[in-house]
Amino acid sequence: MHRIGIWIGVFLTFAIFSFLYKDNPFYKIAEQVFIGISAGYWFIYTIYNILIPNLFVPVTTDLAHNFLLLIPAFLGILMLCRLIPSIDWVSRYALAVVVGTTAGLFFKRYLQSDVLNQLTATMLNPFASSNAAQIIGELILIIGTITGIVYFFFSKKHEGAFGTTARVGIYFLMVSFGAAFGYTVMARISLLIGRLNFLLGDWLGIIKP
Amino acid sequence: MKIFERFLHIDRRIIFVLIAIGVALPLIYPLGFNLEVTENVESVYNLMEELEPGTRILISFDYGPSTKPEIQPMAIALMQQAFTNRIRIIAIALWPMGVQMCNEAFEKVSAEYPNIEYGIDFINLGYKVGGMVTINHMAKDFRSTFPTDAGGNPIDEFPIMKGIKNFDKLGCVISLSAGDPGLKQWIMIAHDTFGKPVVGGTTAVQAPIMLSYVNDQQQLVGLLGGLKGAAEYELLVNKPGFATKGMDAQSVAHLIIIIFILIGNIGYFATMKKDTMKA
Repeated sequence: MHRIGIWIGVFLTFAIFSFLYKDNPFYKIAEQVFIGISAGYWFIYTIYNILIPNLFVPVTTDLAHNFLLLIPAFLGILMLCRLIPSIDWVSRYALAVVVGTTAGLFFKRYLQSDVLNQLTATMLNPFASSNAAQIIGELILIIGTITGIVYFFFSKKHEGAFGTTARVGIYFLMVSFGAAFGYTVMARISLLIGRLNFLLGDWLGIIKP
Repeated sequence: MKIFERFLHIDRRIIFVLIAIGVALPLIYPLGFNLEVTENVESVYNLMEELEPGTRILISFDYGPSTKPEIQPMAIALMQQAFTNRIRIIAIALWPMGVQMCNEAFEKVSAEYPNIEYGIDFINLGYKVGGMVTINHMAKDFRSTFPTDAGGNPIDEFPIMKGIKNFDKLGCVISLSAGDPGLKQWIMIAHDTFGKPVVGGTTAVQAPIMLSYVNDQQQLVGLLGGLKGAAEYELLVNKPGFATKGMDAQSVAHLIIIIFILIGNIGYFATMKKDTMKA
């Protein structure tokens, strides 16, 4: 059984890789199999691991203590009405609850974590350390943060000293995009390493997986 | 000049083949490139080393099979260090497939540590939907969020869960994350709201975003980024595995990409100069 699974994995791996040459029926088969299995898996997983233990079981076994669960269940049904054109408008109410709740929950968290804490982390004395590399690093951090934010201030024309500051900010942004691109390349190569490890190890047995 | 124009039109299939060969050959014939440990990874290692034996930590498996090559080696190395130092692990998952990732990692590591017992040194509480809401609920009432383990057994039966009502008794929180929900939500709740030390392991794509949380505020104590982060951690715990093996292939592939970027740039600037002269 394990061997059959490996051969299926090998076929699907090569079918996907065949797209690198050109589009072909094998690639299309692998793609459709992936989409179909994913959709089927998620559907069953949602029912058995989310809906049943979190909604059906509590409501059917102890309704008196869990009747509040009927509210999100009702909102979920309203959301599904999106699929019926004549009454799709009712889903907007459920969506409004989701958007409003999410905004309320996330507002405080994101403000604290992504704004206040990040701002505080940048407000440091760069000359506090005796280590030259650390001083330079912290100066770069402060200059990069300020100039990068200045670039995104579009209420004033980017000219003169302000324009120069914004231009410095662009260079910092370019460096960060380059670093992000490098990391992305590393991630994709890592996934290729994983696939080749499977092919060379589990399938061909040339290396130890 | 014709050769420079050719540089701009290299068939991409040649690049694909060279990358495939460049990755496959080092896996078959390891080159043994040196690996240096970075500060962010060392911070994670030091935090784990400072924990007393018997301390309980929470590891959240927030990834699936699509990012397994990058993150699973981190999970294995962290578990190896934890079990070596007698640190106990409470595992949960905010991604459905995280449960399976956790089971596979534990199965692999427990073979090296036969004295480790499920329910005493390690427990898998399974998957819970909800992301940030779930984390927030755990921080206030852990036991009602996860009343049973992944096998459906009540958590009261397991010694490792004794006294765990919220995050207070946890040494730290580790999130192995491939996206949302994941490390960012753990930082927001576990550290920024409840003051627990948080460390993370992420894919290389996420690492540049998460690095900004490794700061003076210690929103993240340290970060393992991608396969390289996993390889560095394997070096620190002295248990080389898949990530260390993959570093040679990673280096060769990057070298090939750099060479082609240089070739492309030489072709671009050479043909641009020619067009300028023509004009």
